[in-house]
Parts: sequence; structure tokens; C-alpha cells
Amino acid sequence: MIGLYRPGSTPIHRAGAGLKLLMLLVGTTALVLVRTPLAVAVGAAVVVGASAVAVLPPALMWQQLRPLRWFVLALVPLQLWAGGWRAVVVSVGTLLVTVTAAAVVTLTTRVTAVLDVIEHLTTPLRRFGVDPERIALVLALTIRAVPVLASTLDEVRDARRARGLERSPRALLVPLVVRTLRHADRLGEALAARGVDD
Amino acid sequence: MIELDGVTHRYGDRTVLRDVTLTLTDRRVAVIGANGSGKSTLARTLNGLVVPSQGRVRVNGHDTRTDGAAVRREVGFVFTDPDAQIVMPTVGEDVASSLRRSGISRHDRDERVADVLTRFGLDGHADHPAHLLSGGQKQLLALASVLVTEPKVLVCDEPTTLLDLRNSRRVAQLLADLPQQVVLVTHHLDLVADYERVPVIDEGAVVHDGPAATAVPAYLRLMRA
Repeated sequence: MIGLYRPGSTPIHRAGAGLKLLMLLVGTTALVLVRTPLAVAVGAAVVVGASAVAVLPPALMWQQLRPLRWFVLALVPLQLWAGGWRAVVVSVGTLLVTVTAAAVVTLTTRVTAVLDVIEHLTTPLRRFGVDPERIALVLALTIRAVPVLASTLDEVRDARRARGLERSPRALLVPLVVRTLRHADRLGEALAARGVDD
Repeated sequence: MIELDGVTHRYGDRTVLRDVTLTLTDRRVAVIGANGSGKSTLARTLNGLVVPSQGRVRVNGHDTRTDGAAVRREVGFVFTDPDAQIVMPTVGEDVASSLRRSGISRHDRDERVADVLTRFGLDGHADHPAHLLSGGQKQLLALASVLVTEPKVLVCDEPTTLLDLRNSRRVAQLLADLPQQVVLVTHHLDLVADYERVPVIDEGAVVHDGPAATAVPAYLRLMRA
């Protein structure tokens, strides 16, 4: 969801965000509850089919799964030891299918459409003093914060290297925390200037 | 019209604005001064981000102390660092987010977003991740996200400081073409050449107030002193 949206006009792009989120929730819950190789195979067929209908390139889909590779490598021997090949297929398969399904939803759905759904779903909580717009804003800011923090981390790492302090965790953490807090302060000010608090 | 009446502001023991009284009716106002002179604090008083310790600020009759929300609806604010102003992952969504509370229909919202992106040369970038834009494009996006709400006054706090010469000139040209009243806080003296009113701030006080033709030499003299 971190700016991953790929514009398109396929049926999956045009489907409502609420419907896609509901299908994601139902599908992943079913997969976790059923826990059979057949369910994993059906789930895999559905997400592969969905990504083909949405014309999402395999390389792009691999980018979404790539961060899991070390986790999967660690999970396979553990599951093999605990429950044999069936457990490996079910646990690793469930993980890969659910992450792929979530990626298909985020790659074909604008963040604002997701926020509209969340805002709509949380509207009944208004009577308990919850502000749905604020919940949506917090989620948007969280998503937006990921690339900002990644960029800050890169800059701080470069600065540390330039000063010959590659091995100093302090030279990484202190400026990272200070710059993150400063960014949060500026962001708060910008939101206040836009009248978010009014 | 912006009115500052006896505005003094302190951060703890440090006084950053001293008895500033100004009535700004001109369409193009630029505030210049050295680092730490108080010009950014002055800019922040104009939409109620900073409420002065003493004195009052009114924008089109609305007092920032008692009617801050109304002031912020009339005064858009653009900061130095565009990264801190972009709240949504993609360009179009960020501009659209400014209109979420406006109550206008989704169709009208989409039309206004498309229109402002075209004006700022960002059409075709609507679905582009905001964090992948260049520094200049990010500042244009920050401007677009503020101006889509059609504020009557635009306050810009050093919007060109992080930009190269080409992008600085582009932003300056966009500001020059706006129908709104613009208050620009800047270090870039070449950008203020056509400004009708240029108060010079030093140690929290207005030490010169006039058109760019007299204000810039006054500021340069101050820096040499």
C-alpha cells in the first residue's frame, strides 16, 4: 500500500475496495481455519488467477514476496521437524497465498478508497467518541511514514559512513531518532496548518 | 487584509517577535531577514499556528486567537520541507486528501484534483508514488495540495530553500501568477524583486518596510553592519 497502487481498468481494479477487503478477509480466514493442502492449492489458483486478470507482472508480484524469503527458509525446517511435508505445504503455502492476495488488493486499490471504507466502517463508533476521519488519517500517515523513514535511514547511514563510523550503532540510532521526531513535529505542524485539528 | 497589532512572541525567555504592527493589504508581500530573525514565527502567526504572547493577528476580520479554524480556512500555508507536508502515498491522493473534509462530491473532488495537477504540471503523475518525486515536484505537490482548497491568502515559509535554481524560479513564477494574496518568507532576494511590500525583520522587529527596491538594499546594509 506504500504507493504500490498500479493504475488499471481491469475488473479487479474496478471492483469496490470494500468488496476486495471483504474477500481478502474471508479468504485468508478460511485458509487459516481449513489448513489442508487442497485449500492452499485452491487459494493459490485464485490469487494467481486474480493477478493475471489484474495484469500484474510476475516480477512485481515477486517483489511483494521477496522480503519473506528468509522467513520462509527458517520456517521450512521447523515445520518439517514439527509436522512433516504436509505441515510445510500448509504453513508456507498459507503464508505465501495470503501475502500474495493482500498484494493483489493493495496493487489494484487506491489508499483513499481503502480509507473511505475504513471511515465508513468506523462511523458507528462516533457515538463512543471515536473520530473515523482521524482513524483513516492515522492509517494514511502510517503508510506514508514507511518511505520517509526508509529515506531517513539511508541518509543517516550515508552520513555515518562519510564520518567513518560504520560500526557505531549510536551514530545510527541517535540521528535517526532525532530526525524522525523532527519530521513528526513538522508533519504535525503541516496538519495543523491544514486545519486537521479544527 | 492581514493585520498584526503589537505582536510580541516569546519562546520561554527568548523574545522572537517584538511589538510588530503591520497592515498587509498588498497582493504580494515578501518577508526577508537573517536566520533566527523571527520571520518564520511571524509567518506562523498569520494562520494561527503560533498565537502571539501579546498583541493580536487578524485575517479578513478573523482573530487567530479566537477564530483559528476560520483563519486556517482562509490562509493556506506552505512549508520549507515538502516531505513533511505530503500525507498520502500517491500524488493524486495527497491533493484529494485536502478536500476530504470539504463536503464536496467525489466527482467534483476528482475534477478539482485533476485541474490543480494540470495547473502545476503534475498531470500524468496522479498515480505516481509521492516519495519518488524530485524535490521540485514535491514542493509543487505541496503547493497544489494547499491551493486545491482555494484559500484567500497563501503564506509560504521559505518554499524554495531546498530547491535548485530552475525549480525555485518555477515555484516563484507559480506564486507570481496566483490570484490570491501571497506572503512569502524567503532568503532568495532575487525572488522578491517584483514584490510590492517587503518588510525586513531583524531580531524580531520590523526594521524596514517598503517595496523591494528599497527593502533589499536596506537588508544588504543590515547584513554588512
